[in-house]
Amino acid sequence: MSRTWRRRATSHIAVGLCACSVLVAVIPLAAILFFVVSQGIQALNWDFFTKTPVPVGETGGGMSNAIIGSLMLSGLGALMAVPIGIFSGIYMSEYAGSRLASAVRFAADTLNGVPSIVIGVFAYGIVVLPFKQFSMIAGGVALGTMMIPIIARNTEELLKLVPHTLREGALALGATRGRAIMTVVLPAALPGIITGVVLALARIAGETAPLLFTSFNNRFWNVDPTQPTASLTVQIFTYATSPYEDWHRQAWAGALVLVSIVLICSILARVATRRLEKMSIGG
Amino acid sequence: MKGSRTGGDGGFRLFVGAFAVLVLAVVAAIGIELARESTLSIQKFGFGFWLTDVWDPVSGEFGARPFIWGTLYSSVLALLIAAPISLGIATYISELCPPALRQPLIFLTELLAAIPSIVYGLWGLFVLVPLVRQLEASMPAALRQLPLFSGPPIGLGMFSAALILAVMVVPFISSLAREVLKAVPRTQREGAYALGATQWEAIRVALTYGRTGIIGAIMLGFGRALGETMAVTMVIGNNPTISWSLFAPQYTMAAVIANEFTEAADELHLHALIEIGLVLFVITLFVNALSRLLIWSMNRQAVSRPATKIEPAKIGSAA
Repeated sequence: MSRTWRRRATSHIAVGLCACSVLVAVIPLAAILFFVVSQGIQALNWDFFTKTPVPVGETGGGMSNAIIGSLMLSGLGALMAVPIGIFSGIYMSEYAGSRLASAVRFAADTLNGVPSIVIGVFAYGIVVLPFKQFSMIAGGVALGTMMIPIIARNTEELLKLVPHTLREGALALGATRGRAIMTVVLPAALPGIITGVVLALARIAGETAPLLFTSFNNRFWNVDPTQPTASLTVQIFTYATSPYEDWHRQAWAGALVLVSIVLICSILARVATRRLEKMSIGG
Repeated sequence: MKGSRTGGDGGFRLFVGAFAVLVLAVVAAIGIELARESTLSIQKFGFGFWLTDVWDPVSGEFGARPFIWGTLYSSVLALLIAAPISLGIATYISELCPPALRQPLIFLTELLAAIPSIVYGLWGLFVLVPLVRQLEASMPAALRQLPLFSGPPIGLGMFSAALILAVMVVPFISSLAREVLKAVPRTQREGAYALGATQWEAIRVALTYGRTGIIGAIMLGFGRALGETMAVTMVIGNNPTISWSLFAPQYTMAAVIANEFTEAADELHLHALIEIGLVLFVITLFVNALSRLLIWSMNRQAVSRPATKIEPAKIGSAA
């Protein structure tokens, strides 16, 4: 009898520990969100969105240039990664059996696991060194490289969800394989693919390491792709590791803006995915 | 599907195939480019680069052992913390929790993965590090004598880095472990229950069945931890030493690249940093490939060995 009791007790304790581990993970999440919001909101004001950084010693100023910089960098990254990601995703899903498809799938997963700092060194090597200048393009290439595998794998997964009958219907009507994919299969999966792109953008907008020595930093407004550019993330890093109280405040404000952008994108994408799963593709 | 139309199909296949090849090319280009840009350091130091401890850009001496040490030590510590927690979460979500809680909990762990590394770093630097400093300061003197806890209480150091890393890899490991548990056939648990197992014993059966995949999930978390840059750079203290002490400021491969790259004065320094990047690339490549292989073989095993063959019909007909 005592053995049964002991086994039951072990079971209860182990199950309890599993539940506790969920709590253990939720605590840092709550703590991070709490500090980002409470510290960030104190420093957030209109100037933050409209002004550029002020020199050391003066207080005030903002991160308008960094916000624009981050948006443009992510945009450049998407410009590079969306075509490569979507078309290679189509290849992986529509010619799934081929050896090339498995190789590309493996390459995409590998690329996804390459540390972002290494991608930064790569972009430095192929863009910054030849042109002898830090530039927004170099940052865009780094971010684009990171986006490719996310978009490619997502596109592949979504295309696989499109019912075979759609493909067969198009082919039966005499369409070529390419035409069937581009006019029937791809549009069916498009909402999901766009959602995937938004998710990839959200992830990429939060990247710092690949930008440190590609787009570098800039205290002034810049929309010229061949020039170094400020970004929200690098600016937060610079400010956070500086000794100035006012800069720390601004770093928190920057973090709040960044987290808001990232979370809103993720939540919207998540909601859209749920809805898509419920209605169209699966059917 | 062969016929007059295949000409058009071939063109399309070639078109999308070209983009697919591009993905392969990018991965190859990363390796080639890193190797090409680090020749100076590779030629000058050879393998000794990884065996010496002195990192002195001013005198042109570069030894990368402290960085390798810091990267491995911080990642292993992070996994020691994160692996049990992640498995607990995965088990709770997939086996134990009420269905209504499942989606919200998955969403919460996904949020952890969505928070940018720099924000973890900022929080680590201003919130976690002071807490760790207090913990270090309040440690009894007897314990401080141990090599594991030696050093002045500054807060910045290995322990803070490992904690932050652990929080960051939990969502990766737990979501993969969840997939693995999902692939474990129901009959495994039912069999255990039928033999009179308690809830935990049945879960242990499922975990044991999926152990290959779970090791794969932990390996993938390891790969993430190895390459994590910003958060670690901000809290590890950036001091190239080799020490067992949890409280000693140390350095990692990714952190030294992030800190010194733009300040590299001469080409040798730059090449030494890129060589560190090259090795980081190769290590993460290897770890990731291995983890994918493990998870893949686990899934294959689950598919090829579906529900164990219990056939109640036969029992019925025999009776």
